[in-house]
Order: sequence, then structure tokens, then C-alpha cells
Amino acid sequence: MRTETIDALTAYARAHPDVMLLTADLGYSVLERFAEALPAQYCNVGVCEQAMTGVAAGLALSGHRVITYSIANFPTLRCLEQVRNDICYHNLPVTILAVGGGLAYGSQGYTHHGVEDLGIMAMLPNMAVASPADPTEAETLLPQLLERRRPAYLRLGRAGEQRLHPPGTPVPLGPALRLRTGHDIALLATGPILGRALAAADALAATGLSASVYSFPTILPLDTATIREAARTHPAILTLEEHSTQGGFGSRVAEALLLAGLAPRFAKYGITEALLGRIGTQDWLLDQLGSVEDHARALL
Amino acid sequence: MSLRSEPLATRLRAHALRMTFASRASHIGSCLSMADILAVLYAGILRLDPATPDWPERDRLVVSKGHAAAILYAALAERGFLPIGELAEYGTNGSRLSGHVTRTVPGVEVSTGSLGHGLPIATGMALAAQRAGAAWRSFCILSDGELDEGSNWEAVQLAQHLGLDNLIAIVDYNKMQSFGTVAAISDLHPLADKFRAFNWGVHELDGHDHAALHAALTAPPPRPGRPTVLVAHTVKGKGVSFMENQLLWHYRNPDAAQLAAALAEIGAT
Repeated sequence: MRTETIDALTAYARAHPDVMLLTADLGYSVLERFAEALPAQYCNVGVCEQAMTGVAAGLALSGHRVITYSIANFPTLRCLEQVRNDICYHNLPVTILAVGGGLAYGSQGYTHHGVEDLGIMAMLPNMAVASPADPTEAETLLPQLLERRRPAYLRLGRAGEQRLHPPGTPVPLGPALRLRTGHDIALLATGPILGRALAAADALAATGLSASVYSFPTILPLDTATIREAARTHPAILTLEEHSTQGGFGSRVAEALLLAGLAPRFAKYGITEALLGRIGTQDWLLDQLGSVEDHARALL
Repeated sequence: MSLRSEPLATRLRAHALRMTFASRASHIGSCLSMADILAVLYAGILRLDPATPDWPERDRLVVSKGHAAAILYAALAERGFLPIGELAEYGTNGSRLSGHVTRTVPGVEVSTGSLGHGLPIATGMALAAQRAGAAWRSFCILSDGELDEGSNWEAVQLAQHLGLDNLIAIVDYNKMQSFGTVAAISDLHPLADKFRAFNWGVHELDGHDHAALHAALTAPPPRPGRPTVLVAHTVKGKGVSFMENQLLWHYRNPDAAQLAAALAEIGAT
């Protein structure tokens, strides 16, 4: 989804010369297409995420909409206070565009595992947080985040994710999308792990269980209406995220349920400390969590 | 310029002393050390329009040492951005004049308070002006203690690489930080040479000398095509003898007798 998102960004920025892309020296073989097409709107600031975020604030205070680009933890956690004070407190039109969310760089080790970013970014004021599942969601959400002209975090996976929605599917910022309709359990997923939710629904169907599958491309604001609806129409809910289960998407869904007075059978599928320090491919690491269908069956 | 900026500096010191007294606030020493720098800037260096605080062609000033808020608000009031009478509300319940610099005050460009944030932001502003071909300049006032923050040096490196000759940093080098002297805690010496090594143009001067400040701030960049820094040697608490170079006055607020004595010393009427 990385390539499709940069293509979408390049097209948008070409039509909107106020948009600037900053990178902290990452994006080799990805950002060149933007840099070559729009050199006046591009700046590689070097390996300095704190300064990049401050520079983004300065540009935004001077009339620009700015994208800051790097790998998951670097433009978010490394410069968290700059994001908090300089961007969010000032309510500036800066979109943090992170690649390698979750375990996309699984074999590179924990420094490159982006597994706390969504929860932390979603705590910040004025923010929108988007975690697209596929290229269609990513390329559709990006212009909407820019149009919003406020702080945003767009968390991408890597390159090569399959499209899970037909091209052209509308993906408005905010609402969840239902991809499958069942009645035994609702699988609520954010990010590319949606693919595992769909596969699990197929596996469950083979054993006579029907699952609904929802994609939550946006987790802030959270589509609580769909969460309530899913709880009223299914006896069980399983959330899926390639992120820590502490304080992430699943926790926000649980909070929404409790606040609505709803108590379906509930579990969270996501990263736990069992994976801390372990390396491997993205798929292998996720396999270590056990299959989604097994987690679903355990709820039923 | 000195005809106007000298009495302005006295008024700024008086405001800051009264505000710190009334709100029982901290940081009067930090305010007094940059009084002359602010007075010279607001007396005529900064191109501003108080009637239109967001005038696009205005010069930008980022006060990165956000704890010196009182004297910045005083300067903005004296320059017509807010009523002078409002300064009495500094630090009180519900006031917009918070103890660290906040952008809700007209004329303030950036909210600061956590150290090491201002210079990267001022760098971004200078980059915006450079890319737009605009004539306005981007100024940033830093404390010496905050130069311990690595984020400043990221910006020092980047700004010279980008050729931002429209960026002017001013270090209020009063030689004191939170726990004691800069020399004892994390010595910055030789500070001017550090900036020179980063390809910045450097003016090293007395930060209480209005003529020297004015000359440096109107001179062409000493290093063409690169940013400029004023390493401004100052005295913490400058102007009030019992506050000068006293760490205590980073924290303490004056009582009524001390306020009267301080106002008399600076010649406030």
C-alpha cells in the first residue's frame, strides 16, 4: 500500500502546491517519484525526527499542509513531544505518514516493530488516526486526511498488500466497512490484519459458524455506532489489530461497549509481550499468536 | 533606535516585575536577562502589524525559552497587541496569559515551554519563506540551558544545510540554568565556536548593549547564505542588583518591599 499511497499523495500535491513532504531520510525507492515530480514541495531533512516535526510545525504555521514520513516509531514515538506540543496543541495540518506499522519489519527486531503507535497517537488532542487495511483504503483516506487540515496519523503496512476491497470502493474517514455478514460472531479488524479476519471467516464457515467481518480504517474518531450495532446483532466480538492489545484498537472497542452498557462475549487478538524480542517474517510472528479462528471459537 | 528601545526595556522590566509579584510566579531572572533583546526587537527590528497579527509578510519571532512568558506578553502589550491592563491577569485563573508562552495571546507565534522546541519550528518558518521567495525573517530566542537539548542541534545542522540565511537565533547566554551555572552543569564553552563549526554566521556581543544588538540585527548575514546566531552575553536578573546572577530568582517571586526596591533600581516610574 506504500506505493499506491505515495502515488495518491503525488497526485494530490500536484493539484495543491501548499502540500509539502518531509522525510527523515527514509523512503528509498518509494519517495523518488514524488521528489522528482515536485521538488519544490519535497525536503529530506536528514535523520532527525524531532527537528523534522518542528520544521513541519513551522511550515504549517506559514501556510503549508505537511506530511512527515518515516518508519513507524520514528516519526511518532521518537518525537512524541513535538507531535504533542508543536503539532497537536497548535492544531496544525500535519499528517504523519508512517510505513512499516505493526510487524511489517518483523525480522529487523523490536526497534522496528510499530506496536504501540496507534494507541499513543490516538491519545493526542485534535488527532485523526487511520490504519488502512489495503491499498484502496490507504489511497482513499490520504486525501481526506489532508482535506481535514488538522493533525493526523496515517499508519501503513508495507508494499504488496492485496486489495481487499474492489478498486473504487468508497472509504470515508470515520465509518467502519462491513465486508461479510454473519450472526455468530463479529470480527472487528483494523489494518492489514483484516486479511486474516476474512480468512478466519472462511474457515469458520467451513465448520458451520458464520462471522461478520468489519474493517475499521479509522480508529480515531471511532465508529462507535457500528460497534454498538455489531454487539446488538452478534453474541460475541473479537477485535483484531497488529498492535499491542494494551491500549490499542481492541481497548477502545471495549471501552465503547462498556460505555454503551453492552457486554457481548469479547476478546482481543493482537500483539502481546509473548512476541517481545522475537523476530521473523510478519506472517510467522502473527502465526505465533494462534489462529484467528481458534480465538473466535474459544469465544463461542 | 536606542532612543526608543532603552526606555522600552525599562518598561518591560517593570511589567515583568509587577506581573511576577502579583501572580507569585517564577522566572523573573530569565525575563530580566532578555529584556534588552526583546526591547530592541520590538522597538523596530521586527516588521509587525498589531492590527493584523497574522499579516503574512510579518517577521516571525519564536521565544523558545517559554518560561520567560511574562516579559514577552509585556512586549506584546507595549507594541499594541493586547491591552497593557491585561498584564495584571498574568497567571490568574482563566487568564489567557499562561506561565509559559501560549499562542492564544495575540502576537505570539508559537506556544513553548518544553525546551528545545523553538529552533526547529523557526527553521520550518524560515524554510517556508525561502521556498516562497518571501522577504520576512524568522527569529528565535533560546536560553543557554536549553542548548543541552539535542533537538536544537538537529536544527542547527539542518538550517545551515538548507542555506536559511533568513533565520536568526539569539542565545540569551546568562550562564545560569536550573541547578546552577552552565559551566558547572554542562559547559557550553566555546559556544560561538560551536556555531561557527556548524557554518553559522556569528555575532558575539553584550546582550544588554542596544546599539550592538541593533547593529547585529540589521547587518547582512555574516556568513552569506547561512543562518546567523547572536551569542548574546547577558546577566540573569539584569538591572536588579539583588537578583543578578542569583539562582534563587529563577524560582522566587518578589515581596512588596523587594518589588519597590527593584522598581526603584531600574528607574521605573
